[in-house]
Amino acid sequence: MKKNPKPIAIHIEMAFFNYLFSPPLVFPLQVPVLQSNNGPGLRGLMTIAAHLVRQARKEQLLGSTAEEKAVVQQWLEYRVTRVNGGSSKEDTRTILKDLNMHLEDKVYLAGNIFTLADILMYYGLHHIMVDLTVQEKEKYLNVSRWFNHIQHYPGVRQHLSDVVFIKNRLYTNAH
Amino acid sequence: MRLRVPPGAPAALKVLAAAAAAPAPVRPHLGGPAERPQTLAPELELRLELDSGTVLFSPNAICQYFYLCRGEEPTDLTTQWLEWEATELQPAVAAALYLRLVQGRAGPEALGLLQPLLAHLEQHLARSGTSHLAGDAASVADVVVWGSLFPVLQDQTSLPGELQVLRSWFGAVSALEPCRAAAALLPEALRELRAHLAQHPPHLPGPPREPQVRPRPGGEGGAQVGTAPLTGCPQQDEESPERALTDDDIAAAVEIWARGPAALPPPREPRTPVLPVEGERNVLITSALPYVNNVPHLGNIIGCVLSADTFARYSRLRGWNTLFVCGTDEYGTATETRALQEGLSPRQLCDRYHALHADIYAWFGISFDHFGRTTTPQQTSIAQDIFQRLLARGFLLQDTLEQLRCERCGRYLADRFVEGTCPSCGYGEARGDQCDRCGKLINAVELQNPQCKLCRGTPVVTPTQHLFLDLPKLEGRLEAWLERTWAAGEWTANARHITRTWLRDGLKPRCITRDLTWGTPVPLDGFRDKVSAPPAPRCPCWALPAGLTCSGRSHSPQVFYVWFDAPIGYLSITANYTEHWERWWKNPQQVELYNFMAKDNVPFHSVVFPCSLLGADDNYTLVNHLIATEYLNYEDGKFSKSRGVGVFGDMAKDTGIPADVWRFYLLYLRPEGQDSAFCWADLMLKNNSELLNNLGNFINRAGMFVCKFFGGTVPAMALTAEDQRLLARVTLEMRQYHQLMERVRLRDALRCVLGISRHGNQYIQVNEPWKRIKGDERDRQRAGTVTGVAVNLAAALAALLQPFVPGVSAAIQAQLCIPPERCGLGPGLTCTLPAGHRVGTVSPLFQKLELEQVEALRQRFGGGQAKEPPPASAPPPAPNTPTAPGDPKVIQELTEQVAQQGNLVRQLKAAQAEKAQVDAQVAKLLELKRQLALAEGRSPEVPKGKRKK
Repeated sequence: MKKNPKPIAIHIEMAFFNYLFSPPLVFPLQVPVLQSNNGPGLRGLMTIAAHLVRQARKEQLLGSTAEEKAVVQQWLEYRVTRVNGGSSKEDTRTILKDLNMHLEDKVYLAGNIFTLADILMYYGLHHIMVDLTVQEKEKYLNVSRWFNHIQHYPGVRQHLSDVVFIKNRLYTNAH
Repeated sequence: MRLRVPPGAPAALKVLAAAAAAPAPVRPHLGGPAERPQTLAPELELRLELDSGTVLFSPNAICQYFYLCRGEEPTDLTTQWLEWEATELQPAVAAALYLRLVQGRAGPEALGLLQPLLAHLEQHLARSGTSHLAGDAASVADVVVWGSLFPVLQDQTSLPGELQVLRSWFGAVSALEPCRAAAALLPEALRELRAHLAQHPPHLPGPPREPQVRPRPGGEGGAQVGTAPLTGCPQQDEESPERALTDDDIAAAVEIWARGPAALPPPREPRTPVLPVEGERNVLITSALPYVNNVPHLGNIIGCVLSADTFARYSRLRGWNTLFVCGTDEYGTATETRALQEGLSPRQLCDRYHALHADIYAWFGISFDHFGRTTTPQQTSIAQDIFQRLLARGFLLQDTLEQLRCERCGRYLADRFVEGTCPSCGYGEARGDQCDRCGKLINAVELQNPQCKLCRGTPVVTPTQHLFLDLPKLEGRLEAWLERTWAAGEWTANARHITRTWLRDGLKPRCITRDLTWGTPVPLDGFRDKVSAPPAPRCPCWALPAGLTCSGRSHSPQVFYVWFDAPIGYLSITANYTEHWERWWKNPQQVELYNFMAKDNVPFHSVVFPCSLLGADDNYTLVNHLIATEYLNYEDGKFSKSRGVGVFGDMAKDTGIPADVWRFYLLYLRPEGQDSAFCWADLMLKNNSELLNNLGNFINRAGMFVCKFFGGTVPAMALTAEDQRLLARVTLEMRQYHQLMERVRLRDALRCVLGISRHGNQYIQVNEPWKRIKGDERDRQRAGTVTGVAVNLAAALAALLQPFVPGVSAAIQAQLCIPPERCGLGPGLTCTLPAGHRVGTVSPLFQKLELEQVEALRQRFGGGQAKEPPPASAPPPAPNTPTAPGDPKVIQELTEQVAQQGNLVRQLKAAQAEKAQVDAQVAKLLELKRQLALAEGRSPEVPKGKRKK
């Protein structure tokens, strides 16, 4: 690996960067490109995030066994292909449904370990979750539980607003 | 490990190639073309099931997994190619294949968006000087990119000639053994792929395929409830009463529309008193009598009076002959305790609280025909009559009751005078009659560590003589009656369940007397002569019938136990309303009785009181429909008067939120079938999304169009097929509304109303009368029809809303100048405002609730207030009671407080205090500023840019 990997110019989801490195840096939010001072730059959220994780010596965030690594990869891919900004209402619904099903018997996206997939999915879903009604949050109960867990994971939430979840169920016999 | 590869999956090739490259090759399970996909989501079909149970569904992750098994760790470069392939290459390949295979285009132009990506690959390979994408050896990146490109590039002619390096890379990868093997496994790849693409057309870049028609105002907030029409793809997973309209539906709806006001039930002449009428549907509605000694909280209100009121209003609207009675339950130990605490006589206490209750219910718009009380002479005579009849028919027993007696206070500690540990659940503050935590009924002597509530001394168990209602003897009659009633009546599931549990556990004799003074006296005078020598004055055992003996121990005055006494209140309150009360209460042939209550009250209404009436055997009207709610919680916990948590009836009006918004939200939340919770944020959301954006918006627009475009006169309407479909749709919804209301499913019925309003919003949005009015003659006529239908729909909504939000309903009817005889509720959408009808001034019905306002209210009612008294000089914030402007002293005080509070907030922020703490102080600051503005006579400005989306 290169010496002095300190990035020069970065366009990446700021919150994630702040999660790995402090003090937080301020970047314009744009196409994710990571330009280091030697060698070609890196392109793509998933690629850059994985790169930074290795730089920060937090490889456990990428999973340790082959299976875990593949699962993390899968959810990172899901994150960048499906959960990316301006999705329609139907897409959002599908995403929440998929995730809700997946999370039914899991603590984290990759099962029992907290990984990069959780972090990036959290950032990707935040704008969706803040707009959900109480009823929808309840409908996607597993997603809500997971999201609430991740947002309280030390260091993850950063500047993002705390999404409120209600403990009592309101709509169990929802219409 | 099991690899499933369905035919035609675009990613099949790369997955098969990667599988072939794995150290222990996996035999794929290839589905034939005949094999139907097992799941509905086609993208989930291709999958790798690992032995651990984990399922990988992403083709790239599957490829990655096989390479990880070979010990090849991902690098930045391979990850980047995989990401690029997933986000950019795949969609472009799908689009290009669609153009070629399905649409039949050929040549380089069919490559479309793929061209720049191919150029990117060419450039990378040329510039890096390596033979493969991530170095000189083939990696997962090569297999993945190759697999995607193969269907496009296998026909070499489609590859532009100038991409030489790419061409040789493609050739090299194709020659790799795993790739050759994979390609050989899929001989029919292209044909299958064509079929796949035809079924799942890719998202082509550019403008969306079909413009989304979305009702702008109503659909916001995403609270899709039930009947909302969902645009876009069909929603298989959304339960929706939307069914395809049949020609019959449309014909019926058009017929109802054309009948006009004639389709409405004739309005009833108001009569006082309301008495049953032969040949009519006579509906008698009671709401559980609220206990007088406390202020009701929102849960009490929705649990009985508001639910009963909504149904009573509906019942009247249907033209049924309806009597709705309620009153305060005033006798009993709780009142006595409370009176002692407040230093009043029980009567004084009841007078005060009865007025308080009456005020609260009046504010909420509860339409009692009579709101009475149980401490009346009628109560005494009716209760004593029932008692005598029970006694005469042998349904009363005498027995000794172990009772707690506090020697220090010199009194028997009946139920609520004693507290202790619950024998069932160990709750430390169980009351003598019931445990608040587990809800079990308790016999006071069973309490562990009992304490006298007045002096905190330890009471001792003392036997006393009491009378018991012999429930086991009445069980047979009760069961026969229940069987008949349940077959025909509307009983909520919880009511049936609780009743069944009571019967299953077996009925036991229940004590009906208490050693108290504040109650209906037990009348035994008629038997006085049967006892030889009264042991002491006022001992009830003076007059026991033969066979019953007095132990001589109980010599204090006795009254009826409240559970025996209180339900008789329904009768006595009616007797206070009319001397002909027996025409309601001894007339089961003509009267249908609805009891509304929360579930804790069920046994008294379904078992005990019916047994009293069955035993008294005087042709009483027994409950036909027992409607019980579950509990309403407050935010995350329970309402608690002592901890100051929750909103209580008398505070609701101080919030500045109109009574109808409270009614709406409580009914929207009505704990029907399941507990629910009041939540401030949700209140704001529902107010702003449902009331303001959906309902208010539609009704306001419909009225405004008539005013603005047609000078306030309803225009002529020429219905098209589309309008008829709307009529049919709304009529179907209304039919469902009626079914739900008749079954007292108020919450669901309210959702129906909101659904109808959504239909209206969508109708306006699609037809755009504001544009058509500027068009040619035909467009203007169309604008007229749409406006006319919309305003008639608004009129129908006014009627549909009347049971829920009567004030809003009246406001709509006043704005649209609907005459009273046309305010009824028809079976479907009918033309009640014909062309030429003049409407009045239309104005907004609802106000937006602001986050700051709601947050301040949440803080105020959240429970912290007990610890933190408001500053002495600042009046409690009450948004609708502004301080009289101009008082310089007040202004100065407030200015100082604003400055102080501002400093506090700055300090907290500087010290990086917790967000919740800062928010609370900011809310206070805003409120102080608002008061200051009011005091100075300015209109308080809403702080901008602080709102979260």
